[in-house]
Amino acid sequence: MPEATVRLSGWRLFISTVFARAYPRLIGQQREASWLVFEVLLPLVSVSAYVFVYRALKAPEEYVGFVVMGGAMTAFWLNVLWSMSSQLYWEKETGNLALYIMAPSSMTAILLGMALGGMLATALRALVIIVVGSWMFNVHYVVLDFVQLFAVFMLSMTALYGMGMMTSSLFLLLSREAWHIANLAQEPVYLASGFYFPIKSFPFWIAAAASVIPLTLGLDGMRQLIFPSGAALGFLDVRLEIGILILLSALFLVGARVLLDYMEKLAIREGRLTESRR
Amino acid sequence: MTSSPAIQTENLGRVYKIRGSRKEKEIRRELVALKDVSLEVKQGELFGLLGPNGAGKTTLIKILTTLLAPTSGWGKVAGIDVAQAPRQVRPLINMVSGGESSGYGLLTVRENLWMFAQFYGVPSKEAYRRIDAALKDIGLDDRAHTKSSDLSTGLRQKMNIVRGFITDPRVLFLDEPTLGLDVGASRDVRRIVRQWLGADAGRTLLLTTHYMAEADELCDRVAIINGGQVLTCDSPEALKRRLQRDALFEITTSPLNGLPVSALEKLDGVRKVTHSVADGSVTFKLILKEDAALAGVINTLTAANVVIQNFSKHEPTLEDVFVDLVGSSIEDLEQEGEDA
Repeated sequence: MPEATVRLSGWRLFISTVFARAYPRLIGQQREASWLVFEVLLPLVSVSAYVFVYRALKAPEEYVGFVVMGGAMTAFWLNVLWSMSSQLYWEKETGNLALYIMAPSSMTAILLGMALGGMLATALRALVIIVVGSWMFNVHYVVLDFVQLFAVFMLSMTALYGMGMMTSSLFLLLSREAWHIANLAQEPVYLASGFYFPIKSFPFWIAAAASVIPLTLGLDGMRQLIFPSGAALGFLDVRLEIGILILLSALFLVGARVLLDYMEKLAIREGRLTESRR
Repeated sequence: MTSSPAIQTENLGRVYKIRGSRKEKEIRRELVALKDVSLEVKQGELFGLLGPNGAGKTTLIKILTTLLAPTSGWGKVAGIDVAQAPRQVRPLINMVSGGESSGYGLLTVRENLWMFAQFYGVPSKEAYRRIDAALKDIGLDDRAHTKSSDLSTGLRQKMNIVRGFITDPRVLFLDEPTLGLDVGASRDVRRIVRQWLGADAGRTLLLTTHYMAEADELCDRVAIINGGQVLTCDSPEALKRRLQRDALFEITTSPLNGLPVSALEKLDGVRKVTHSVADGSVTFKLILKEDAALAGVINTLTAANVVIQNFSKHEPTLEDVFVDLVGSSIEDLEQEGEDA
């Protein structure tokens, strides 16, 4: 049998796959403007509610900034939950999953592409929420350490999207229950990650347990680094939080790779890649 | 170039374990989707798998495209075991299914095709060259910049077929490629498929269909599959020749007035009888050992006051071959499947 046409392989195939799978997410941003309503306007409504509650209670003005920042970060959580974790279920329903598995590129590259595209598209949404929210509620930022702020943000994103890649492989085996599980995870994470309040308000062990979700420490660290009173309201020292986020990033990325390989084999063995009903 | 067959299977089987409801958790049912399938498809062949829905065609394709593990036997594509070395098989194959809605609706036709080409490592410049050429061949070049969500079913299927072509697979699997398409679109698809295969002797195509005429028109060889088993495998001409000793008739009558069909089946010289009812008329397809047996059929019908409305003798088709092998037509089997 003759060899098929010469093609990219190895890391070049990996990179081209990552970029190709990121493309629909990036281009979708331009073609579907509905995100302005669902992912900017609605989070801003939630943010406003908390801001007015805090102002009514005469809470420190930094809390308003905490809420705006939390509102921006919810965009990432929603993206990971609905467009990463449960995405493979939808891909299975449309027939894309079978095509991904059948292609010579790796599923890790496909998921990484989803993550990268989702992260970049969501970054724009989060930025819009921060800019508009800060303007609406007159929030002021004082960055204490740019390098640490950049590190906390990037590590939070790496760990968060790594977690999304890991959980997405679990969804390979799920059918319609995927929808319910994603729904079930949405609100508790809002609470546990302290989107709208500092997690120092929790008892220590609850805050420590909540730190498994990368956004928890990410938000806490960023708040400490951009608000004057942030450090006083912070859960752990920022350097320790950076260390934990490095560990979480490694754990979730390695976990994603291992679990994805295992789940792919299991799904092929059980015939669950294309047939939801079995 | 080696001499290994493009596709080879030996006693290939697949059993699904079906999960019961919570109450039935202990009861594990099994569904035999494929049983002892042994096939060999030569390089350059257009090979058809013909059978009703649920016959096992798609299961066989899924195994050969590395999407499903067999539970017995083995299958090879280009001499490589699909279960043992799926990563080596994948660069050599592609698959298009009828009625699939793959890709992303917000991307244009060209963008969707480019994206899938990237998963196969086709460099962008080369991918666009192939996409533009294939879209032109298939008559979809004027829709290259249309969002795929805005395409009709037929145009979407043409896009899917281009997706299968642009990665230049050595073996292309087409699973019911004309499913749901109108006559014109189906004809286009068949033409394109033939053209693609003819352009390179190293290409092989395995096609599943439950349309007899499609298999007859397109395929070099056909395997008739039912109940997960391959019943026969040969060229359409050779399969039909097997029935040329028989006399094949189609008779349309008024309602049967209580006459059981078995009365015809029991007549001397009658090998197979299938019938269908539509618009108050009954259409029989008869396979008789000789023309003379027809007299008995007509006598039996007229004795029961059944009016013969139409009557014709015809050359054997693949449908007759299927009826001869299985005892029912594909339509009847699919109807039974739906009723069940």
